[in-house]
Amino acid sequence: MYNYFLAVFLMMAGFYVVIAQGNLVKKVIGLGMFQTSVFILYISIGKVNGGQAPILTEGVTSYSNPLPHVLMLTAIVVGVATTAVGLALVIRIHEAYGSVEEHDIQQRDNAEDALLEGEL
Amino acid sequence: MMAFLVITAIAAIRRTDLFAVTMLFGIYSFLTAVLFMDLDAVDVAFTEAAVGAGISTVLMLSTLRLTGRFESSRRRNPLLPLLVVTVTGSALVYGMLDAPPFGDPQAPVHQHVAPRYITESPDEIGVPNMVTSVLASYRGFDTLGETIVIFTAGLAVLLLLGMREGQNLRPSRLAIGDFLVLRVVVKVLVAFILLYALYVLLHGDYGAGGGFQSGVIFATGFVIYDLVFGEADVRRVLPPRWLARLAVAGILLYAGVGIFSMLAGRPFLDYSVLAHDPVHGQHIGILLIEIGVGVTVFAVILAIFYAFSGLRRPSQVA
Amino acid sequence: MSALDHLPILVVLIPLLTAVICPLFQNGRTAWKLALGAAWSSFAIACMLLHQVLNSGTVRYQLGGWEPPWGIEYRIDVLGGFVLLIVTSIAALVLSYARRSVEDEIRPGRISFFYAAFLLAFSGLAGITVTGDAFNLFVFLEISSLSSYALISAGRDRRSLNAAFQYLIMGSIGATFILIGIGFLYMMTGTLNMDDLAVRLPEVADTRTVRAGFAFLTVGFGLKLALFPLHLWLPNAYAYAPSVVTAFLAATATKVAVYALLRFLLGIFGVGFSLMSMPFDMILIGLGLAGILSASLVAVFQQNVKRMLAYSSVAQIGYIALGIGLASHTGISAAVMHLFNHALMKGALFMSLGAVAYRVGAMHISDFAGLGRRMPFTMAAIAIAGLSLIGIPGTAGFISKWFLVLGTLEQGWWPLAVLILLGSFLALIYVGRILEAAYFGTPKENSAVREAPLSMLIPIWILVIANVYFGLNTELTVGLATQATTDLFEALP
Repeated sequence: MYNYFLAVFLMMAGFYVVIAQGNLVKKVIGLGMFQTSVFILYISIGKVNGGQAPILTEGVTSYSNPLPHVLMLTAIVVGVATTAVGLALVIRIHEAYGSVEEHDIQQRDNAEDALLEGEL
Repeated sequence: MMAFLVITAIAAIRRTDLFAVTMLFGIYSFLTAVLFMDLDAVDVAFTEAAVGAGISTVLMLSTLRLTGRFESSRRRNPLLPLLVVTVTGSALVYGMLDAPPFGDPQAPVHQHVAPRYITESPDEIGVPNMVTSVLASYRGFDTLGETIVIFTAGLAVLLLLGMREGQNLRPSRLAIGDFLVLRVVVKVLVAFILLYALYVLLHGDYGAGGGFQSGVIFATGFVIYDLVFGEADVRRVLPPRWLARLAVAGILLYAGVGIFSMLAGRPFLDYSVLAHDPVHGQHIGILLIEIGVGVTVFAVILAIFYAFSGLRRPSQVA
Repeated sequence: MSALDHLPILVVLIPLLTAVICPLFQNGRTAWKLALGAAWSSFAIACMLLHQVLNSGTVRYQLGGWEPPWGIEYRIDVLGGFVLLIVTSIAALVLSYARRSVEDEIRPGRISFFYAAFLLAFSGLAGITVTGDAFNLFVFLEISSLSSYALISAGRDRRSLNAAFQYLIMGSIGATFILIGIGFLYMMTGTLNMDDLAVRLPEVADTRTVRAGFAFLTVGFGLKLALFPLHLWLPNAYAYAPSVVTAFLAATATKVAVYALLRFLLGIFGVGFSLMSMPFDMILIGLGLAGILSASLVAVFQQNVKRMLAYSSVAQIGYIALGIGLASHTGISAAVMHLFNHALMKGALFMSLGAVAYRVGAMHISDFAGLGRRMPFTMAAIAIAGLSLIGIPGTAGFISKWFLVLGTLEQGWWPLAVLILLGSFLALIYVGRILEAAYFGTPKENSAVREAPLSMLIPIWILVIANVYFGLNTELTVGLATQATTDLFEALP
């Protein structure tokens, strides 16, 4: 049971980083932690007490469930794909705004708006 | 073990030095991989270590090189996020209350669907690693989807950062590459890594590993060579344009197997038509699609790495 | 198996593999032709599939030759076929329109990559509508999302980058919530196949785990479909994305998310569990109303026309949520109809805005001054699609609003009907602002703005005519929506 509650705690830690931090890189890192902890949840679901890794072996009768493993292999790939795209976006944002702090970017956009309205 | 994970997570929240946070993320990922080993998920552990602690961390570091190491100290009001997190966390705990006990062999997940994978797959597919059977055959279409996901990521990164060719390469001799011993060691090491990657690819039927892990390791070999000897060398062997072609070829190989099944009058990705003996056909099909996955993953990961590492800091652009 | 049996996989596989090949061509024009061919073939297949479904019931396809629940199954019923038709037809029309707009807005070297990403987003959405496997749905959701982030960030304004990033964060949180939800359901049933889930869930329905799974799935899809108040990513994403991308995503992406939500709520959990035993229907009605009124009100005050219509999309999603929340046959039929009609009007509107962007280059309301004379066909298209958005009789938009109002009156909730009409009134104001500028405003200087090229006008007008046609001839839409809803209700107790 501890595994489940551990997973919950870690998920929330990651989730908190995503929504509470203003730094875009840190948001992406948080997202990675959030996703990784969901993997823990799934893999815990698949565990059988006394089971072995699901690779056919002489003399082993009880195996852990291979299905969650397969699902999480796919989810890991999705996770790294999201991280790569997110970081590429951060790099472009840095090029365009000179900052990766949400607050600064907001300010620069607002300043631009004010300028635009002033012209009209 | 778990305590370490919790400590790492809390430390990652509190530190404002992003370099440290990235390192903590790597550790976090690595600890998770160890936990997966403990939970019998050897394939997942292998992948998590290679991807989370490896690729993701390298990408994060490359980003930090460009965007700066420290986050601004401005703290936002944490009340609303804390509230959202508390509500979500409570919902999760609430959901866990009626969950089947951890590790209980009588839980529905172990009674329905999965038993067939465990008892029948060695006969139906003839591959000892059940994870490989499920991944490549029973749920082979998900794995094609997964390969497309990584392809999409590569495409998105290139669309964002561009594919640079020719100019602006890092010089082939960095200070680090000037140490003779290091050069020799790295050359030998890289040779071993590439060999190991091939082993992982071909051995995926019997033990942990498979196309995806192999592709990642193969790419890592190139990345290490690249770091020590500079970009120009690696790119002479494998120009970015060729990477794109490789990535496409891998997916076409995978889908091609599926289309062959269709032409043979069976559903997409039914490997049993690949040989007279259906079980043998499964074996061939799995090997072919694992190669396809490996080639695409290798090419995309390396292309993403090129795109990230090739960028200059704004001050260096001139 | 004959070729006809392979249609369910082909509808996804053709755009998917074309997308993979696209980046090999340096020439953007070749990539465009390939993409166009793929989209129209998918559309043709979608028509055949819908025909099959209507004639002989749900169509199934076992991927890898493994029977469900062990293998992944494709499964198309009336609702799926209907949504697939929306997605493929819009993709085909938007791509027909796209060439000039894309050459104008996207960097020359990246055009073939752009089309590849477009096709990936398209095939991801198509994959969601045909799959019968909960986890496979997640995989295709991610294919479409990742490519959407890339597509949005290709906008010219630097704000598109930030918009894409916000969408990436919110979208990934949504996807992770969905993953958690699927995990809870899997934990209790041991299966991932949707039909099998529907069979096995009632046994364990009264557990906290299933309820929590339900909550995570709803919030996850709520984020993806931009249900108020989870819509914050949408206005900027739509406003700063390239014109073609906005037209495609606005007409399809949120629709497919609604479809996925309906599939889980009604197809898997069942009406009884989702809408009857919990106060969830009331929550949906409340959020729907809040979305309609607040987003419409914000739209009225927007200066950027694209952003204005993006807020209007949030409001339209409110109508759909409200229809589902009514939990009655009429209400859900109205929601399904609105999926289709909203795709028609928003497709036409955003494509027209793309034509304006192509000729004028800006989206501020003052840039529209005098366009009624300079771009008469484009502005007429905006006018007619705008009337449909408001819900004027004789347009498609009227039909779904009519059923929605009927649904509220059926249950005697006339104040709700009044509020729906208030929403339409607000739509009248913001559409009116565009038309006022276009027809009564005086142009800034005598610029040489010309009418949009035919290659853009024809696809726009096909949608505009569809807006009128389906407003007068309701047989197809009402018939399909009603039958899809009946199937959903009958599938389960």
